[in-house]
Amino acid sequence: MTYNFAAIVPELMLIIGEPILMLTASTMGRRATKITTWGTVALLIAATIAALVGTEPSSAGPLFGGLLSADPFAVYGKALIYLSAAVAIIAANSWFARDDEHGPEYPILILLATVGMSVMVSATNMITLYVGLELNSLSAYILASYRRTDARSAEAGLKYFVLGALASGILLYGISLLYGFTGSTQFSAIAAALGRDEAMGIGLLLGLVFTLSGLAFKISAVPFHMWTPDVYEGSPTPVTTFFASAPKVAAVLLATRVCIEALGPAIDAWRQIIIFAALASIFLGAIAAWGQTNIKRLLAYSSINNIGFVLIGLAAGGAAGVSAVLFYMAIYVVMTLGAFLVVLNLRNAAGEPVEAIDALKGLSSRRPGMAAALAVFMFSLAGIPPLFGFWPKLMVFNAAVEQGLFALAVAGILGTVVGAFYYLKIVKVMYFDEAEEELHYACGNLEAAFIGLFALIVSPLGYLLIGPIGSAADNAAGALF
Amino acid sequence: MQTSIILIVFLPLLAAIVAGLGGRIIGKFASKLVTTGALFLSCILSWPIFIGFLTGAETETVVPVLDWIRSGDMVVDWALRVDTLTAVMLVVVTTVSSLVHLYSWGYMEEDPSQPRFFSYLSLFTFAMLMLVTADSLVQMFFGWEGVGLASYLLIGFWYHKPSANAAAMKAFVVNRVGDFGFSLGIFGVFLVFGTVSIPAILEAAPGAVGTEIGFAGMRVDTLTLLCLLLFVGAMGKSAQLGLHTWLPDAMEGPTPVSALIHAATMVTAGVFMVCRLSPLFDAAPGALEVVTYVGAATALFAATVGTVQNDIKRVIAYSTCSQLGYMFFAAGVGAYGAAMFHLFTHAFFKALLFLGAGSVIHAMHHEQDMRYYGALRKEIPLTFWAMIFGTLAITGVGIIGIFGFAGFYSKDAIIESAYAAAVMGGGNVSAGFAFAIALIAALLTSFYSWRLIFLTFYGKARWASSEHVQHALHGHHEDESEVVADHDSADDHPVAVREGTGGYHPHESPWSMLVPLGALTIGAIFAGYAFYYPFFGTEEGAAFWAGSLVHNAELVEAAHHVPLWVKLSPALVMLIGLGIAYNNYIRKPKNPAKFVAMFGGLHTFLMHKWYFDELYNLIFVKPAMWIGRIFWKRGDEQTIDRFGPHGAATAVGWGNRLTARLQSGYLYSYALVMLLGLIAAASWAYWWAR
Repeated sequence: MTYNFAAIVPELMLIIGEPILMLTASTMGRRATKITTWGTVALLIAATIAALVGTEPSSAGPLFGGLLSADPFAVYGKALIYLSAAVAIIAANSWFARDDEHGPEYPILILLATVGMSVMVSATNMITLYVGLELNSLSAYILASYRRTDARSAEAGLKYFVLGALASGILLYGISLLYGFTGSTQFSAIAAALGRDEAMGIGLLLGLVFTLSGLAFKISAVPFHMWTPDVYEGSPTPVTTFFASAPKVAAVLLATRVCIEALGPAIDAWRQIIIFAALASIFLGAIAAWGQTNIKRLLAYSSINNIGFVLIGLAAGGAAGVSAVLFYMAIYVVMTLGAFLVVLNLRNAAGEPVEAIDALKGLSSRRPGMAAALAVFMFSLAGIPPLFGFWPKLMVFNAAVEQGLFALAVAGILGTVVGAFYYLKIVKVMYFDEAEEELHYACGNLEAAFIGLFALIVSPLGYLLIGPIGSAADNAAGALF
Repeated sequence: MQTSIILIVFLPLLAAIVAGLGGRIIGKFASKLVTTGALFLSCILSWPIFIGFLTGAETETVVPVLDWIRSGDMVVDWALRVDTLTAVMLVVVTTVSSLVHLYSWGYMEEDPSQPRFFSYLSLFTFAMLMLVTADSLVQMFFGWEGVGLASYLLIGFWYHKPSANAAAMKAFVVNRVGDFGFSLGIFGVFLVFGTVSIPAILEAAPGAVGTEIGFAGMRVDTLTLLCLLLFVGAMGKSAQLGLHTWLPDAMEGPTPVSALIHAATMVTAGVFMVCRLSPLFDAAPGALEVVTYVGAATALFAATVGTVQNDIKRVIAYSTCSQLGYMFFAAGVGAYGAAMFHLFTHAFFKALLFLGAGSVIHAMHHEQDMRYYGALRKEIPLTFWAMIFGTLAITGVGIIGIFGFAGFYSKDAIIESAYAAAVMGGGNVSAGFAFAIALIAALLTSFYSWRLIFLTFYGKARWASSEHVQHALHGHHEDESEVVADHDSADDHPVAVREGTGGYHPHESPWSMLVPLGALTIGAIFAGYAFYYPFFGTEEGAAFWAGSLVHNAELVEAAHHVPLWVKLSPALVMLIGLGIAYNNYIRKPKNPAKFVAMFGGLHTFLMHKWYFDELYNLIFVKPAMWIGRIFWKRGDEQTIDRFGPHGAATAVGWGNRLTARLQSGYLYSYALVMLLGLIAAASWAYWWAR
């Protein structure tokens, strides 16, 4: 066994930085909030740079006896995760700054979760997979109940924890079954064993189903989505912002790697499950969002809906499908972060955060710029052509059609029609409804810059990015085959 | 000549575009100036061409404009064809149109959307010029539809009036029936001759005599069928019996529009088309017979209805309908030259009558009911004299061999042609019928025309009870629209008419309205005298028409030598009509009421315009509405919408309620859903893997 530490420099940076920040926080107390916040952001940016420039192809291969990999797939995931985590921290900074609950431990918790996610996208072994997943999840449970004086926040944390534990149990059971029937926790070994057996035994099959179900919980695919709306609504909004972005990327990439690297030879067995989950997510996400009055709940269903489209790409499989998944996640993160950044900055007259969709009434006349940005994000999430959100949808449908999954593609497209309704409803509320109550909108310069940047990316100008993002996604997808 | 032809046709289009699209920017004065200027330019360019044909200096010219359609055997070129027939139409259209443009300066003075009005007028003129210069049937159809569109837009110009909207729609829909026939005719022509070029068709027509073609499961004579189909189009546009119902309602439009479109030009398009295709029709005697009967029947029908109308514009509208009947049966008996001659003179005197009526309406503050007129002779003398000359022209006053007003020459030419055709070559029943009808209709024409004059200008003033006059007196300025009495029933109601002026002083119209009246008066007086021989002379006619329509020299010669009683009979019936009108409306003004009391049934029958509208309502409108309602309610709303968009929306709503119930907030139910999902996935994968 060789120890190639050079390949895990990004993770090492985060792991070493974390206790230093923690010590600072414990000695300085609340005054350390600024230090930990910007320290974490700096660490994440440095880790991103390290991940992007630091990998040599020779050192990318199986590390630490096949526990990890630093292949382009992992690098793609890490870059996306680090950057979105950094944005989530910055967004939280100004949100919490308005009350006294913001503490120095908040960025550190996100930092820990990010380390977990980093491991998730790098894992090539069931054990590392589980460790990374739990590290991320445990941080997330705490984050969900971060406003411990708020009953809703505590409830969200508890619900997340209990259901997460159930999902972990299912996952672990699946892993043990896979181990029992293949004799290994190594992805490559599991794949080799699956490839050997012509007829899959029931034990293997159950192991596969349980493992995928456990992962489906993390990506909140139907029917393992039940926690999502409640947790998204109950958690403090910056936490929701974080949940909707980086962990989604990590979980989707993890599920993709498991499906392709470990379970690749059994694609016929899992494709059916993924297709079901995809369509169920698309339609449930669209239908359940219909009557929502809380914008965070609505965005929760929006994330469920989008995960459905991502799963279409996964169901298609192959390099094209995986590339579409990766591309989709990049754009999805931008659109979601943008939408949440706008929501984060909505305040009522008393300075309290507002979450009701009705509060958006008349936003177009009061804050035309913000209304326009949110409209762009909504149109883009709905996948309406001139905007960039259309392109990844096109890619996943293309991948599905190439694999002959016509019915899936058609059903998915029908789903976008249903989904378009509630996205457009937000636009309608902003532009055509009269404002009922005073709405304050104090947005920091940095947030405003982010909103503008993200709106620019998902605007038709984003098509200029098709080249770079596309080649990165292709490169990353190629690493799995 | 080529350049001037292009200019004549396209100047009005250019003006229409400028005024229509730029009207808001350049303002109403510039819009009026551009359109009216363009039309006067067109008019000035047209007359030399007409005079050139008159003197024989000009010959048939075809100006190619562009290739339009090339698809397999189908070749349609856009070309402007000017021969004698077109030249006649050019002067008629551009002269009346330019005068109407000028007249509208005064008449539409208070209207807020004048650029739109003038743009439509110019657009109409362009389409009409396109129609008369057509070199192919498809191009003619383009103009045909263009004038239909402009007519629709102008009838519904005061779109805030429901009656105007209804009238516009009615005109459009009834014309669709005719246009359907016309388009079938064009398809048939292309099928039989393989071309839609008019000269090529006319050349090939004699070769198709006696052939048969399958139509609606029957074998029918080819040319008769084609001509009848094309004639259906002509009937629609020219408001012939059966498809006439839209024309009286079209009076909802502003009066200048009635003068231009619904009297002088567009409605004569059918006559023009029959004359343009006269070699084709001449080769189909069966079709000509139908044309004769329809024309004669229309002449009589419209004249009878015209005798009881109270709305001044409606009297003239029915008069137009009746005169169009004359033109058609003239064409039907083979006297195409006489038909065109009447078209030519009619354009002047009918436009004059309409513009004169408009001047009266203007003076009477938009009152159109003649029962509220009377004694206007002294108040608006210029309008009075213009109307008198118009009436002298339409009733055909004149002394043989010395002088007569326009209608005297052209109507007599038609009546004499009908007689000549009836006795020629062993007798022609349809021509005889037409001759008899023509005399009766001439009597009625004289009666209703003089009735109009007497009711309007003579007798005692009856203005006091007019609501419009009341409004004017009390300063309630109504919008600029003319309010036409509800035409389906209101005319029927006996109104309480009080005599007296009510203190109202009618005012003579402004010069912009009087100048066109003067110009048209000259036309109404001299158009017949000046152009009788070129249009209807035996040799002069042949030289003038130069093959642009069928000039039956034998018939024309015979028409010139009919017995004296035939020549005198129109004058006689005209005098009888005048006498009846004088007796009943000047000498004994109580007589009409007594007559109505005695012959109530006949009066009601005429009041209801022979019950055509009621009949159509029952046969076509009601069933169409009924079928439409089925498709709308049952088909669209209850089937497509219900299972389509609304169904999907409802299903989403149900799904939403279901998911909302599942999303109960209780941990155990969430866990249950997860576990059920797990079991389902496992079962599915297991079942699938078996």
